[in-house]
Amino acid sequence: MTSNFSGPSPAGGGVALTPAALTLDDGTSFTGTALGGCLEAAGEVIFITAMSGYQEVLTDPSYHGQIVVFTAAHVGNYGTSPTVDQAPEPQSAGVIFHELWLPEAVHWLSDADLPAWLRAGKVGALTGVDTRALTLHIRTKGARNGVIAPLSAGAAEAYARARRVPSMNGLDLACRVFTRKPYKVPAAPAGEGEGPVYRVAVLDFGIKRSILGQLSLQNMDLTVWPGDASPEKILEERPQGLFLANGPGDPAACSYAVRTARHFLGRIPVFGICLGHQIMGLAAGGRTYKLPFGHHGLNHPVLDADSGKVFITSQNHGFCVDPDSLPAGVRANMWNLNDGTVEGLAWDGEPAFCVQFHPEASPGPHDSRALFARFRRLIKEQNA
Amino acid sequence: MPKRKDLETVMILGSGPIVIGQACEFDYSATQGCKALKEEGLRLVLLNSNPATVMTDPGLSDRTYIEPMTAEVARDIIRLEKPQAILPTLGGQTALNLAMELYEKGALSEFGVEMIGADPDVIEIAESRDRFRKTMTSLGLDIPVSAMAHTVEEAVDVAARTGYPAIIRPSYTLGGTGGGIARSRAEMELMAWKGLNASPVGQVLVEESLVGWKEMELEMIRDLGDNAVIVCGIENVDPMGVHTGDSVTVAPIQTLTDVEYQAMRDEALRVARAVGLNGGCNIQFAVDPRTGRRVVIEMNPRVSRSSALASKATGFPIARVAAKLSVGYLLSELKNGITRKSACFEPALDYCVVKAPRFNFEKFAGASSVLGLEMRAVGETMALGGNYREALQKALRGLEIGLLSLEWRPDEDEEGLHGDRVARLELMKKRLARPEPERLSRLYEALKLGLTRAEAVEITSLDPWFVIQMELILEAERFVAGPLAADIAAGRDPAPEALRKVKAQGFSDAQIARIVNTENGTLLTPPDISALRERLGVAPVFRQVDTCAGEFLAETPYYYSSYDAPPPASPIPGSEAEASAGAAASRATGASAPLKASPGAPGPEPRPAGRRPKVMILGGGPNRIGQGIEFDYCCVKACQAFDSMGFATVMVNSNPETVSTDYDAVGRLYFEPVTLEDVLAVCAEEKPDGVIVQLGGQTPLNLAMSLKEAGVPIWGTAPEAIFRAEDRRSWNELVEKLSLLQPPGHMAADERSALAAAEEVGYPVLVRPSFVLGGRAMRIIGNSRDLTLYVRSFAESGLALGPASPILVDKFLDDAVEVDVDAVADGERVVVAAVMEHIERAGVHSGDSSCCIPPFTLPDAIRDEITRQTGLLGLELGVKGLMNIQFAVREGKVYVLEANPRASRTAPFVAKATGRPLIEAAAEVMVGRTLAECGFLDQDPPGYYAVKEAVIPWGRFSGAEVLLGPEMHSTGEVMGLDRTFGHAFLKAQIAAGTDVPLGGDIILTVCDRDKPALAPLAAELAAMGFTFHATPGTVKSLADRGISAGTLYNLSDQRSPSLHEYLKSGKAKMFVNTAQDPQSIRDSSFLRAEAISCGVPIMTTIAGLAAMVEGLKAVKSSRWRISPLQDYRPAAAGGAAAS
Repeated sequence: MTSNFSGPSPAGGGVALTPAALTLDDGTSFTGTALGGCLEAAGEVIFITAMSGYQEVLTDPSYHGQIVVFTAAHVGNYGTSPTVDQAPEPQSAGVIFHELWLPEAVHWLSDADLPAWLRAGKVGALTGVDTRALTLHIRTKGARNGVIAPLSAGAAEAYARARRVPSMNGLDLACRVFTRKPYKVPAAPAGEGEGPVYRVAVLDFGIKRSILGQLSLQNMDLTVWPGDASPEKILEERPQGLFLANGPGDPAACSYAVRTARHFLGRIPVFGICLGHQIMGLAAGGRTYKLPFGHHGLNHPVLDADSGKVFITSQNHGFCVDPDSLPAGVRANMWNLNDGTVEGLAWDGEPAFCVQFHPEASPGPHDSRALFARFRRLIKEQNA
Repeated sequence: MPKRKDLETVMILGSGPIVIGQACEFDYSATQGCKALKEEGLRLVLLNSNPATVMTDPGLSDRTYIEPMTAEVARDIIRLEKPQAILPTLGGQTALNLAMELYEKGALSEFGVEMIGADPDVIEIAESRDRFRKTMTSLGLDIPVSAMAHTVEEAVDVAARTGYPAIIRPSYTLGGTGGGIARSRAEMELMAWKGLNASPVGQVLVEESLVGWKEMELEMIRDLGDNAVIVCGIENVDPMGVHTGDSVTVAPIQTLTDVEYQAMRDEALRVARAVGLNGGCNIQFAVDPRTGRRVVIEMNPRVSRSSALASKATGFPIARVAAKLSVGYLLSELKNGITRKSACFEPALDYCVVKAPRFNFEKFAGASSVLGLEMRAVGETMALGGNYREALQKALRGLEIGLLSLEWRPDEDEEGLHGDRVARLELMKKRLARPEPERLSRLYEALKLGLTRAEAVEITSLDPWFVIQMELILEAERFVAGPLAADIAAGRDPAPEALRKVKAQGFSDAQIARIVNTENGTLLTPPDISALRERLGVAPVFRQVDTCAGEFLAETPYYYSSYDAPPPASPIPGSEAEASAGAAASRATGASAPLKASPGAPGPEPRPAGRRPKVMILGGGPNRIGQGIEFDYCCVKACQAFDSMGFATVMVNSNPETVSTDYDAVGRLYFEPVTLEDVLAVCAEEKPDGVIVQLGGQTPLNLAMSLKEAGVPIWGTAPEAIFRAEDRRSWNELVEKLSLLQPPGHMAADERSALAAAEEVGYPVLVRPSFVLGGRAMRIIGNSRDLTLYVRSFAESGLALGPASPILVDKFLDDAVEVDVDAVADGERVVVAAVMEHIERAGVHSGDSSCCIPPFTLPDAIRDEITRQTGLLGLELGVKGLMNIQFAVREGKVYVLEANPRASRTAPFVAKATGRPLIEAAAEVMVGRTLAECGFLDQDPPGYYAVKEAVIPWGRFSGAEVLLGPEMHSTGEVMGLDRTFGHAFLKAQIAAGTDVPLGGDIILTVCDRDKPALAPLAAELAAMGFTFHATPGTVKSLADRGISAGTLYNLSDQRSPSLHEYLKSGKAKMFVNTAQDPQSIRDSSFLRAEAISCGVPIMTTIAGLAAMVEGLKAVKSSRWRISPLQDYRPAAAGGAAAS
């Protein structure tokens, strides 16, 4: 045996490459190459089928604590730019690529290449992995916990650690990412909403920057509250609407937020996205359950049963509202055309609705952005 | 909104003959559309003049009209069939234009026919540059600075605003015909004139040049409920400036950020909404790589070549879904046939798809090969790989142009540089500045010679990402040339994982062998490398094209190979994974290569189990002149036949345009290059009981012997028999043994022996290289001087002459009638399916010649003799399946020219013309049945006439020689079917696009040989009211027979009126020009080219003129009859005409 051909270098010259592996809690492992001495990572392993928008994904707090597998053949092609960050720093615990590389940033907007960005953000990254095999494994066996560790750490040790990763069921991850202190986001000066500026409270569970952007574009002055802020505290600012943000983890573990949501439902207009949607479902008295491997991608068709229209949506969730658990007066009005799961809820006679998918996109299609305007209309009607 | 209840009969328009820019992708889409609407219980009426298509199979529609695609004919059909709706969006630009003509002429309103799929307004917005621009501007979309011009002066004025270079785009033309890039005022004047002429409405758009910008295409589909999905984004590797049909393209889009992509997606949706699209469409954008500025270029409100590519790249059947939407469904009501999930979704890809164009410039000597806005590619190949590099290299070897993968073969320009690196690099830089077909290979070589990435980007405007990918391929090549070659030289085994990674960059075993041999001075063969690879356990994995990147279980088997799959790690001892792997392994049967994902490994690809015997059919690869849709038709028909006999079918092909690569049309589809290595890999995976090589044209035939040697069971005619018929020596022995006649001839390995051979058999001689398809470099030569020139030019064009690759020098049978025979044999019996008499005399390539079933001049005795000889040859060769034999008949003697024990280009024409299931019969024979068992027996020829006419892309290759000859030039064909030869011939002419005049003036200028035959024809034309102008010699010969003609002078006479002036004046309605010797051919070439560009019908053979006279007489005496195939053969297999 002689010299080896390592294939395309993931980071150009000068970066240490470490043989490493993703080891799952069922004992399966996938080998690859880690960058810069291998930052270890542990979490639930999920795959995303997006073909663009990797930086938005990796900075989305909803991926907190997860190891994200990109199914796309090439990731990192256009480098990185702070303009698309969804949070100030990378959020996912780790990331797995089939082929990540780019010796230099070649896009006109790019500041740094993705490998450098990952190193700076201290994200454990593994490349050169058979991501299709890994994806089919997750699809057939369900989302699993796993760890990224150098091969030198030993397979048995990695396996043991993978088995120690806490289950996503019952795990409150939102509390790790929501803001500690309330802060304000003013209405965007060149916004789309005409008429008065409305005061909206945002309950943060790990909100994406693009959601705040979309809300402020609707001529709303936002106060972003920690997810566990009390209704009384929030009421001090006399909000005209409440928004429940996206976020990571099991919604059922966020009982504090469910109580807050219940307090406001029926009083002021409420809109929720993703985890916010699940929390509203729980607040209405419904149940949530964990999907086998969740929905993570930019291509999920959602039927709006009220209009008959289909949106192609950006999705990222592992839990889901059980439609059979909903009380009278709360209606599942949006459905995923792939697996028939609930994608949206509407309250009869109440100014409240929520969606499981991400109308703010970033990344993904903008088909459903009009939902932000719907929220504004609800507030307007209540304040007419 | 479910299916509309008010539709009962729908008329579908096909796309007519295969031409550049409109190829068999429309057979694929319309076939899919027919199937989709048939499922809905609709009565389908199809119009398409092209008999080589799958869609014109009588089983696919209720009323199948193979008739000229003119408004007159279409109106007749509407009157007869009374459809409620007409669907024009599946048949390319031809169908859209025809539908618009019917609409404008009031034929649709007259019979209450609704246009579905796209209404006239949608078509007009998309097609009229002016309305399109206004619509885009009103939507707030950016468009290039531009304005319409109706005169050359206006065009020059506009260019003053856009600056040079400026683009000229004629309105309402196909594939960019007549378009171009003007770099100066002088160029603008010329190109504007050309463009105005090309546009049927005399209008061109003069536009800001976006040359060098990124070029993106979105394939989308939208329903009338305003639901829309982007099926696929395609990025052109070749940036703006090269027609997308001529560009290497990749999917998914690689170099746009999500922000850029989604903004572009939003715009596409806005455009579709504003236009009111219902169905599939393609929208093209250009993106400035420096600023991100994005402009809309165009949209096509129909399925297209790109949508066929997108369908094959993603597994999403755009045409099928578009057809369903056209009859009222909404996207959300339809299912994705692959995953059984909703069809209203956007596919996700976890692989790369590369499309590469196939060119045939070598057939159009004199034409410039610089690529531009006008499409010139005649075919394409698509490859899927785990990464871009693997897909690119697979695509390049799938082109079958001699490239083993990405590599450069030195051309004549480099002679004299003696490998001087600096000089070669300078030459490369110069040549790279203008895009040519070999651009990527040349760039690769330039990088090897030291071109920097920055220089590469500067010169070619390729996105740096694509240049970097090439550098990575180069890095792998250097590994092969270095450490790997050293290992092999030292007799050491290379590291398996290193070899796998090299293979994952797309290198073929042949390429690795070549690199290692160059380095080591060895003579390793590709199988040597394959053997090494197999010994090291390096094998490809086969992955499923599932539309969803693995997210859902896919049920439809559609696969590609990849080496880009790192081996799985073994499961942790004592874990759940180990337990399940153990269980799976104990269930698994058959050996698996160690590095291949074994059944116990994570994530096995779903693969339906099958107990049926399995037959594998090899397709023809990319279309090219001489090998096109006809062979795909044969593959598809045979697949259907095998399927109905209870066989599981496996298709291997790399052509995204075809029906055979529709996952729906075959049992299992392997989208792979049709090369030995790739086919053997599929064989190892599928272990077929039999492999069929005789249906896909020359491509699979060339593999036959090697496959057999590798132990692959070939069904049908033995490879040895194929070789025996192709090899000149054994062929001569065969002809002698059977006491048949053939034109005398010899093989010659050099100039001297060629001249000697010609002397012996006597001039004129027919010369050609051995083992060619489509008459490549075949010539008729009249004297020793020309023969010497030919032999020398041969050497100059890089085709080495020698004992292993001699040229054939045969006596040319002047003025003989050529005959084609298609037959099926079972080893004991040979049944002739049809005898076809060529209309042009021998010497015109059979693919370019028009021909007729049944023969229209041959006496019965000659036909019987031909049938007898066909029988002798078929039995002697041991043919099992299809065979095609060419004969020449002169002075009552039958000469055999060649026999091809395989499917022929004419097989689909024969099937359509006679209704005889020759391909199905061949399939049955190949699995061991006899012809008697399948009831395929001798039958009388039909009582009507079917004429096939070829369509040749002269207009696309300005500067090329316009003359029919032994080298094939045609890209497509049409069929005319009627009760007399004359009617059928004229229909074929009209279907082929000839503007047949019923009266007016004709220019006659014929060579001396043809003068005697011209006079009686002229007399008949005169009797029909035609008048003539002719050159002095022809005037005189006509005058001797009492026919008057105005005199036109040759250019050399320097007198007025000159022939050239008269031709340009547009007064002539037809131009008859025959030429005999090379000198006069060259002298008159510009006249024929002029006639082509003026749109004057041109006849270059007297035989063709005679047939035209026959046709004109026929239509002047009685109307032609428009009837569907079903009426010609009311009882499926019956042979009698309806009349």
